[in-house]
Amino acid sequence: MFFLRVKSFRLFALSVPAVLLTSLAWLGSAILLHAQENPYIVAYDHNLEEPGSLEIEYFSNLGTERGGPGFHAFWGEFEYGVTAWWTTELYLTGQTTLDESTVFTGIRWENRIRPLKREHFINPVLYFEYENKNGADKTMKEVEGHDVESDYLVPNAIARQETVHELEFKLILSRNYKGWNFTENTIASKNLSNVPWEFGYALGASRPLALKGAAHRCNFCLQHFIAGVEMYGGLGDRYSFGLHDTSHYLAPGLVWNLPSGWTFRIEPTFGLNGNSHQFLLRWGAAYEISGFGRNVRSVFKGRD
Amino acid sequence: MKFHCCCLTGLLLFAGLALALRAQDGRREREPKEKESVYAELEKVPEKDRQKRNPLAKDPDAVAAGAVLFEEHCEECHGSGGMGGKKAPSLRAAEVQNAPPGAIFWILTNGVVRKKMPVWSKLPEPQRWQLVSYIKSLGMAPAGSDPQARP
Repeated sequence: MFFLRVKSFRLFALSVPAVLLTSLAWLGSAILLHAQENPYIVAYDHNLEEPGSLEIEYFSNLGTERGGPGFHAFWGEFEYGVTAWWTTELYLTGQTTLDESTVFTGIRWENRIRPLKREHFINPVLYFEYENKNGADKTMKEVEGHDVESDYLVPNAIARQETVHELEFKLILSRNYKGWNFTENTIASKNLSNVPWEFGYALGASRPLALKGAAHRCNFCLQHFIAGVEMYGGLGDRYSFGLHDTSHYLAPGLVWNLPSGWTFRIEPTFGLNGNSHQFLLRWGAAYEISGFGRNVRSVFKGRD
Repeated sequence: MKFHCCCLTGLLLFAGLALALRAQDGRREREPKEKESVYAELEKVPEKDRQKRNPLAKDPDAVAAGAVLFEEHCEECHGSGGMGGKKAPSLRAAEVQNAPPGAIFWILTNGVVRKKMPVWSKLPEPQRWQLVSYIKSLGMAPAGSDPQARP
């Protein structure tokens, strides 16, 4: 029985990305565009989606837990550039916990707005998100408040009964300098069920492996690889602000931006204290569809 | 509680929709004006930045590398060979070709976000200069070949 469950978990873990990647490959056969993404999975920088482009992304978060079964959280993102200063994104999230079940854990809708017209020494971006999720969510898309490893040990059957409506706000401060990107995110979130404000942070730095572009089209040129590191964690809540009873992570990452529009990310993540998961493996694949908005409009209008 | 959450979700969705529609309407209203003034952004570049020289001007690979980058990032809007497209103007217009390299670099770095031109500061500086080299190598389009000028 255990073997069957392990097998089905593995099958599921493999089949979801396979189906998604096949769908994206089919889309990719029709449209080409090159994305230029940083390797962050948790932190955000000030680079927004190009106007009219839709980026479809799949991410996995594979984790082990002390005192509990391993899990595979996964989510799909639909990121659309409404204008050059506004990007909106819809998430669908789920997870499989080994020896338990696979559950849909909710939706998120986020918006990022760039208030300043030009590039400055530090570039702020305002972020706000609405989350409608259940207690079984293990995507760990951000770590905030007093989130600790033991919170994730509640069995799916119980955790999924808890419904969470949450608003999340971030101030993203980011800079591109001599090929490097440096970013800092301050997080404040409010569970609408009379839970105090919770706080968190994320820091990131990244740089392409080569700054100059190659004189020929290539997939493996160093300019297409960006290496980086991010660090994130909780900062307590309104009544107990600080580092006590919080978890923190350090995650080196690598992204491969293919000229065909595909992006692949991998990010081994290490817990920095006893409250953190010891190890998480995050990875993701994305495909950018250029001119998506224009194509949709032309379907309804008949012409652009 | 459920009622409040439903109200809040509805309100957020409505606000999002309203913002999206406003952005679309704003675009439609501004379109004719934009076409006239889009090159005017080059005139707004600070003098210090206009004076910047292309450090890759003598790099024999800069134009070829710029062409690859242009195809990957710019062609979708500016059209093949920078001839202009439905979303963005021709880069072979006199206003662009006569502009100093520093001005084009500044526009790439800062974008014109209110007029749909994204910020390309995420491309490292050498790649932006390679793009400038390629754009300057295009030269002016023959009279009457600008697709935006066609009826």
